Parts: sequence; structure tokens; C-alpha cells
Amino acid sequence: MTAAVARRSDLRFRIGLNLRSIVGRAYPRVIGANREPSWIFFEAVLPLLSIAAYVYIYRAIALNQVAANPVDAPRILANMNALVASVVLGGAMVAFWLNVLWSMASQLYWEKEIGNLQLYMMAPMNRMALLGGMAVGGMFMTSVRAVSTLVAGVVVFGVVFQVANPLMLLAVFFVTLIALYGLGMFFASLYLLWGREAWNLSALMEEPIFFSSGFYFPLGGLYQSGGWGSVVAVLGSIIPAGLGLDALRQLTLGETAFGGKFWVLSAPVELEILVVLAVGFLILARYALAYLETLAKREGKLTSRHQ
Amino acid sequence: MPYAVETRDLTRVFAGKKKHWWRKPKPNEEESRGPVTALDGVSLQIREGELFGLLGPNGAGKTTLIKILATLLLPTSGKAFVAGNDVTKDPFPIRQRINMVSGGETSGYGLLTTRENIWMFSQFYGVPSKVSKARIDELMHAFGLWDKRDAKVRLISSGQRQKMNMIRGFVTEPDILFLDEPTLGLDVNAARTIREYVMNWVRGQSGKTVLLTTHYMAEADEMCDRIAIIDKGKILACDTPENLKRMIHTQTTFRLEVDPLQDTSTFQRMDGVVNFSLRDDASKNRTELTFILENEAPVAEILSAITAQGAKVHALRKTEPTLEDVFISMVGRGFE
Repeated sequence: MTAAVARRSDLRFRIGLNLRSIVGRAYPRVIGANREPSWIFFEAVLPLLSIAAYVYIYRAIALNQVAANPVDAPRILANMNALVASVVLGGAMVAFWLNVLWSMASQLYWEKEIGNLQLYMMAPMNRMALLGGMAVGGMFMTSVRAVSTLVAGVVVFGVVFQVANPLMLLAVFFVTLIALYGLGMFFASLYLLWGREAWNLSALMEEPIFFSSGFYFPLGGLYQSGGWGSVVAVLGSIIPAGLGLDALRQLTLGETAFGGKFWVLSAPVELEILVVLAVGFLILARYALAYLETLAKREGKLTSRHQ
Repeated sequence: MPYAVETRDLTRVFAGKKKHWWRKPKPNEEESRGPVTALDGVSLQIREGELFGLLGPNGAGKTTLIKILATLLLPTSGKAFVAGNDVTKDPFPIRQRINMVSGGETSGYGLLTTRENIWMFSQFYGVPSKVSKARIDELMHAFGLWDKRDAKVRLISSGQRQKMNMIRGFVTEPDILFLDEPTLGLDVNAARTIREYVMNWVRGQSGKTVLLTTHYMAEADEMCDRIAIIDKGKILACDTPENLKRMIHTQTTFRLEVDPLQDTSTFQRMDGVVNFSLRDDASKNRTELTFILENEAPVAEILSAITAQGAKVHALRKTEPTLEDVFISMVGRGFE
């Protein structure tokens, strides 16, 4: 090749290339996905219905308890607020889990179907930059939806949050997201390997994870239930949403909420575990994708839907 | 000076479908399960600055070769070098220098505009945003897509989409561009725009190379400096279009339009028939026969054989040899 077209490969160029790639791949999610206003109805209003179902159940139980024991009303109502707040918070985090399942885990499979994957695989960017762009875009897009749900929940259900340590709260939130999307990045390669069967796995992982990660109730309750409940809760904690939500609830409702009895671990310990999960999932994602690329090039049936 | 593209005895075998104990094979499925040799000892040298064509019917191995060169597939055996780099060992410098556009591509995101889609892909090559946007505007004018710059991709026609794909290929300013049937299914004007741009791009500047796969003879003839004819994974011939046609200049080409025939086996046995192909035209309920003959002597015998079957000859013309005739002369069938 002529000198005029010699290409750069130094570290600075590679960093710039991969940062641009992350921005480029995040763009469709940050800009494109919000172009259709229908998302407001489907992803902010509809989730409120699930939240409402739990809220009204918790309220009904609390009001019954107040009627039976009026003297204890302040404690019962405080507990009820904590439960409703837990549900609203969980409802907002559901958006992230669904995004991880349907827009991260299944994304590479979908990219293959529409013909984008081979163009991505042919580009000089690092493959993790591709997944990173998908994750950053997904986090941004879903944050808009989650915040909408959260605000609507607060306004409609009159939930009161008490944030004593906003820095810790932000740290837990972002580490939870990194761990969740790291898991999504790892799943993305597995889904592509397994094809359509994995798609069904996604559907299968919705409701059970809602339950085992405590999206609509404090997870500590399941831990303490003993027997199978504890086992389910421990397994559910592998999904970072479980511990993340537990820590977020502690940090927004106060450690004394529910009499301090329903927490899995303290928030700092949960943050440490989440950091380990985040790093672990990102490493797994890196190796799974490298394996997938090698397999794709060897067997020739992953980058093109025709082969 | 290294070649822009070089392959040495390149072979690619696809393993075929795995058998599953729980699934009974459908009738005739057994035959399609086995390994498929998509490329069989392909050796090619493409010089820098060349517009090189790979001409062959569907399933000849054209796309497989491009995918290996684009670092998307590993060869089963043999070597392939792009810009002097081994595709199996050193893909990064190759990926910086290449791009690929395929016909009928549906890549990109429907919610983004054409401009945004192209910009997004340019970011994966590290093109600075400002530079990318300026190039996109220039290319959109060149390809006549300027009016659709802010149209969402899901709302544009397939021709406009293919122009967008072409711009995606050029926006990264590759040294080597792989075009896999780029005009597939396009109308005459869109195809011409693409062909003219590609030819000007290669010939208007130094150091740019295009590997074009196509099964349109006229396209290959018009555009390419050299052409390799490929069939069943093997390169049958490789030369300039003129030299390829000269290979059969001592032979004579006749085309006939006749009623559908019951038996065509007699033609192959006739003296003076080098090869022939037939193509059914269902819309007219006729068959088009192309004969490559050593001379004009067998024509009378061919006409007798046709009329003996009760079929009518609707047209008979002697033609100049085309690239398809070269192909027919070599393998005894046309491209369709």
C-alpha cells in the first residue's frame, strides 16, 4: 500500500477509535429510540399498572392491620410507605432488567438477522466497544424510562424517600447498572450461539427473576423465609438487580425501614459484591465474545443469516 | 510491492448440518447435509489500483471469498493476504483498510436517518465526526441521495437504501473495497450511478482497489480491468474481458429462441458443438438456446433436430461472444 494511505495503529488512535465506536453504537439508542413517542405509553405508563397492583395489595393489608390495631397505626403506615416505595423502586429497575434481557442479551442475534453483525465484525474497533456502546445507549435510554416510572410512582402513590447518603446511592446505582449490563453483554454472545432457543430463555427469565430478585418486595423477606425461599433468593442474587435493589432500598428508605429486619446484607457489603459481579461479568463477556468471533469465523454461520 | 489482494491455494469447506438424534431427516435432506466445498484451491493476485471482477453463477464461491478477505471467515486451508497482511493472523490492519458493501443489504437502523446511519458506521473506523459528516454530504450529492439525507431508513426505497450502503462503504475511504453484487435488484439508473462512481473512484486516484463480484456479464465487462471466472469454488480463467472473449474468438456463437424442447441431449453429441446452454422463458413459454460452435456447419443439423421434435424456431441470430459465452464454453451451462 502507498504511504499516503498508511493507517495508524498506536494506542492513542485505538483509544480514540474505540471511544468513537462506543458513541456511535450508543447513538441509535440515545437518539433513535426516543424518536417514537409511543415509548411513553408502553414503557412508562404501562409499568405503572404492575406497580399499582402491588401497591393496592400492600395498602389493603396495611389498612386492615390499622383497623385491627389503631394504636400501632404510625408503625404500620410507615411500613406500608416502605413497601410501596420498594415496589416503585423495583418497578423502575424492572425497566433495566427488561432492557438487559431484550435489548442487550438478544441484540447480537438481532443484529445478525438484519445484517449489521458482519459489518461490526469487519470494522477495526474492539468488540467490547461494540457491546459497550450498546450498554451505554441502553443505560441512557432505560434511565429515561426508569426515571419516568419513578416520578410517576412518586406522584401517583405519594411515596416518600429519605436519602441520607446520596454519593453511596449513586455508587450503588451505577455499579448495579454496570453489573447488570455486564451480564447482558455476556448473555449477548451466548444468545447468539444458542440462537432462537435462547430467545425463549429470555422470556423464561422475566417473571422468575422478578420474583427471585425481589423486584416487588424486599428480598430479605425471601432470604429469611427458610427452605426453598432462601435457596431461590441466593440464586436470584447472582442477578445483580437483587442485591442492587436491596442496597438502593436501604439507601432511600433508611436502614431502619421494616424494623431493619428485611435487608439481605448491609449496603456497603452489597456494593462490594456488586463490584465483584460487575468485573466478573465484564471479563466473562470479553472472553465469550472472543470465543464467539473465533467460532463465527471458523464455522461461518454466525455473521450471516444465509450460512 | 505487495498485491492489494493475494490468495494462494485457498480452500473453504463448510461442515454441513449436524445430525440430531431426535429429528428425522426430511426426504432428500440427507444429500444436503454433507460438507460443501465453497472454495477449492483459489489462487489470485489483484494489483493495487485494479478494478477486479469475480464473475460466476450463484453458489460459485464469490461471497465466501469476499468474506475470507474481509476477515469474517477463516479459510480451511491455503493463504489469503490483504494489503500484505495475512487474514488469519493480522486482521486489524486489514480492517482499517477495507470496507464491504453487499447487494440487497438491510443493515442499519430504521429509526435513524440515512445520514445518521452512515455516520454511525464511520465511527467504527475512527473517522472524526466532522470529517465524516463532510464526506457523507459530499457522497450524498454524488449518489443523488441528498434529498433523502434526513429520511428515516425504514421509509426509503431499496434503491435508495443500496445507495446509502454504498456511501457507507466509501465514507471510511478504504484502500480496498469489496463489492458483493452491489447492483443486485436495482433499477437501471441506480445501477448506473453506482457503476460510474465505482469506476471513477478507482481510476480517479491512485492506490484504490475494488474487488467486485457479480453475475451480471455486462457489468463485469464494462467495469473491470481483469475478471476471474469462478464456478463451484474453482477459478476457471482470469484475464482482461477482451482476452477472455478472445479465448473463444475462433468459435461461433448462435442464439435461438424456440418452443420448449423435450430432449436436448442430441446437441451435445453433434460434431462441431463446443458447448451449449438453455434458459426457459416461462413468460413466453419459450426456450433460449445458446450454442458455442467450432464453425457454422452444425447449424443446419441443430435446426433439423429442433424441428424433428415438433418445436418451432422463433428466432436465430449469430452474436459477438460475451463473457457468458466464455462461461458456457467452459462449463456447458449459463449463469441462470
